[in-house]
Amino acid sequence: MTKMHLTLTVNGEAVETLAEPRELLIHVLRERLGITGPHIGCETSHCGACTVDMDGKSVKACTIFAAQAQGAEITTIEGIGTPDSLHVLQEMFREHHGLQCGFCTPGMITRAWRLLKENPTPSEEEVRFGMAGNLCRCTGYQNIVKSVLAAANELNTVKEAAE
Amino acid sequence: MKTDVGITGAVHGHVAHDSAEKHVTGRADYTDDIPEPVGTLHGYLGLAPCAHGRLTGLDLSAVVAAPGVVGVLTAADIPGLNDISPTGCRDEPVFPEALVEFHGQPIFAVIAETRDAARRAAELARVEIEPLPAAIGIEAALAAGYPDVTAPLVLERGDVGPALAAATHRIRARMTVGGQDHMYLEGQIAFAIPGEDDEVTVHASTQHPTEVQQMVAQVLGVPANAVVVNVRRMGGGFGGKETQMNLFCVVAALAAKRWNQAVKIRPDRDQDMIATGKRHDVVVDYEVGFGADGVIHAVDATVTARCGFSADLSGPVTDRALFHADNAYFYQAVRLRSRPLKTNTVSNTAFRGFGGPQGMIAAERMIEEIACALGRDPLEIRRANFYREGRDLTPYHQRVEDNIVGRLVDELEASADYAARRAAVLEHNARGGIIAKGIALTPVKFGISFTATHYNQAGALVHVYKDGSIHLNHGGTEMGQGLNTKVAQVVADAFQVDIERVRITKTTTEKVPNTSATAASSGSDLNGMAALDACEQIKARLVAFAAESRGVAPEDVRFAPNEVRIGAEPVPFDRLVHEAYMARVHLSAAGFYKTPKIHWDRATGRGHPFYYFAYGAACSEVSVDTLTGEYRVDRVDILHDVGRSLNPALDLGQVEGGFVQGMGWLTTEELWWDEEGRLRTHAPSTYKIPLASDIPRIFNVRLADWSENREMTIKRSKAVGEPPFMLAISVLEALSMAVASVADYRECPRLDAPATPERVLMAIARLTGEA
Repeated sequence: MTKMHLTLTVNGEAVETLAEPRELLIHVLRERLGITGPHIGCETSHCGACTVDMDGKSVKACTIFAAQAQGAEITTIEGIGTPDSLHVLQEMFREHHGLQCGFCTPGMITRAWRLLKENPTPSEEEVRFGMAGNLCRCTGYQNIVKSVLAAANELNTVKEAAE
Repeated sequence: MKTDVGITGAVHGHVAHDSAEKHVTGRADYTDDIPEPVGTLHGYLGLAPCAHGRLTGLDLSAVVAAPGVVGVLTAADIPGLNDISPTGCRDEPVFPEALVEFHGQPIFAVIAETRDAARRAAELARVEIEPLPAAIGIEAALAAGYPDVTAPLVLERGDVGPALAAATHRIRARMTVGGQDHMYLEGQIAFAIPGEDDEVTVHASTQHPTEVQQMVAQVLGVPANAVVVNVRRMGGGFGGKETQMNLFCVVAALAAKRWNQAVKIRPDRDQDMIATGKRHDVVVDYEVGFGADGVIHAVDATVTARCGFSADLSGPVTDRALFHADNAYFYQAVRLRSRPLKTNTVSNTAFRGFGGPQGMIAAERMIEEIACALGRDPLEIRRANFYREGRDLTPYHQRVEDNIVGRLVDELEASADYAARRAAVLEHNARGGIIAKGIALTPVKFGISFTATHYNQAGALVHVYKDGSIHLNHGGTEMGQGLNTKVAQVVADAFQVDIERVRITKTTTEKVPNTSATAASSGSDLNGMAALDACEQIKARLVAFAAESRGVAPEDVRFAPNEVRIGAEPVPFDRLVHEAYMARVHLSAAGFYKTPKIHWDRATGRGHPFYYFAYGAACSEVSVDTLTGEYRVDRVDILHDVGRSLNPALDLGQVEGGFVQGMGWLTTEELWWDEEGRLRTHAPSTYKIPLASDIPRIFNVRLADWSENREMTIKRSKAVGEPPFMLAISVLEALSMAVASVADYRECPRLDAPATPERVLMAIARLTGEA
């Protein structure tokens, strides 16, 4: 199949690559761009391990075609924070043990990152439902919910202090 | 003086998972993230389209001709033994030669330049199968006279027949309990890289590197020393990667050697669920005899399990079901029998609890039956039957010595306010209405040790480099449980150095040989002790050197936080290590451990198979919509025993995660095969594990901080992987109470698992006579 010239912004950097139009975004990210934070879990958009942020929305990268990502702005876990400069969400997932095997963690945090932009002061119930598109088989979610709530609290404290 | 300053990462402390920072930044490498060498090929399996039949033709010409295909592998391409039975039963071919035994059985592999090409090509096979009658479920297999896949077990104590006959009350019934898919987020994956001569290296997501090594060697027909298996971490295992990775590793290695290229195999989720084994579903036929006081006099039960086409681990799994069919209760006379039944389905395998949950749930059903029959609170019946002094002999003749279940249950009853809440639930239900409530408090007693006694051994390798940094390797594998963190804590504690000084490395058959599976909750018990043994050897050499070099007695050398006190002189750890190196002291050691005290004679059904027991208790409250069968879990309180926790943060995570996974097993997770033997729930679209929105609205989880293992385990801790899974039985019991309320609790609803809303609704209809 003819490859298309794909131009997109990933984690703030303009990138170009050749990809088949029907190639999935997750494969473009992982195999062509070497971005392996988003994981492949179910390949049918149910588990959320491949969650990335695309043009301000949480999407499952395993059901987005490369062609749909043309010109898009993508943020993956790598763009949210680095070991030297962790995002508050990342710190909270570490501190509150919001992870075990870690396979769902990048997608989970990427979803939580968008959730807190959609709703900066979520209730516990809102976090549980807002994260329900991302499966975790290890933690029983309790510490994931705690991590997200702690991060929301932290971000709001910082915001209030700034105001 | 720094005497008050402890080390970072000490044992018993809340230490974050060692990979946490890598996980939260997406930098933790799984097998699929390992950079692929140029020319890496990809494999995919071709599956049989029939549950049982003679393989009369396999035309792969279209597969081979498809774009990008390099070649195919069938049974004929296996140079060594065409068998991967983990227990040596010789009943599990890599690819069958003549007989297909389940729908979805792998019959060939296609190797191509890309994974996409391999997947597409696999569909082009022309398979001819002459169908034979198939038995998919337990009933059908029993009716067809199918054999057991492995020898059944009988546990017997006392004289059951007369005891049943003499009992005031007798109840005889049946319980069916569904299976469970592991649904690890990272699926099966193997990545093989060919080496020189007959050598091959396999990177895989396996809980059992040594077994993969052995299987690859036997299938390739090479000695084990030609095969290296590496595991950095798994994206979840839960037992599903104990034996099930063997197939993928063997095929990847076979292809890597055949085409002399790196070969990766990663099935898609559907193939993963169709072609790999799951938790056994079982039918339990039980008869219980009891007195008017609710005390059990006799139990006679048979656990029949759908094992699938081969033995795999079904022998030890069904054995463990019997070992836990007493849960925390003393049966005065007992006979328990297993039937590990062959069926034409995928071969079922290990899954957290390893048969224990299927046995334990029957014990709780019997308690419920007694409570219903006598019109009592089930908790009273539970208490009346707890093991205690004088009533402490298990059906396998091991004495229960640490009778702490009563204390756990008492404490949880108080902290969860069980009595008042049960009264409120009864009052709510008495008022009538659409929403019925239920509450239940159930205990867990789980035996720790592999029942295959030889598995209870472990090795570790510790190097202290001359700069004072420490390299730790052990035979266990990391699947998220935090094993590496716990063992590193043990090592940091032994040398009294900060945990940052200890580097944990991938598990590899090159460093620690002949390991056991990381399973049976035993990871930290076994590997922690082996690592400690290695540390003690090195410490002894350092002490001898320090004493000699400073002219003090060895007793006057002490490991203090980040320094060694030699007499009155504090010497930084690094400096002592460097001095020792210059003096030619050996700074590396292989440690070893084998669990003491255990023995088991399967033929007589007697022994001491478990080193100790881990306990827990859970109280669950639910609300059921009696018009639809839908429900929610309102509140769960848990008190769990992990002895002296090595790491409370990790242990609480295991308890919460285990409980929710158990809740999934008993509520939403339903495996469904059609009449042709096709698994119809083969992806998360139809197979529903719990979501964040499904967990208990209120979820209070505590560790019993007073508990200490009475046995000499690593730092007096207890195993934690499996036991909490069974705390979820309280959810099923609570649902059952809500269902029973529609008929004024007179009749035991016999709510089978999984208690899906449909099944709850049907039970309500049956009780109200509307069915």
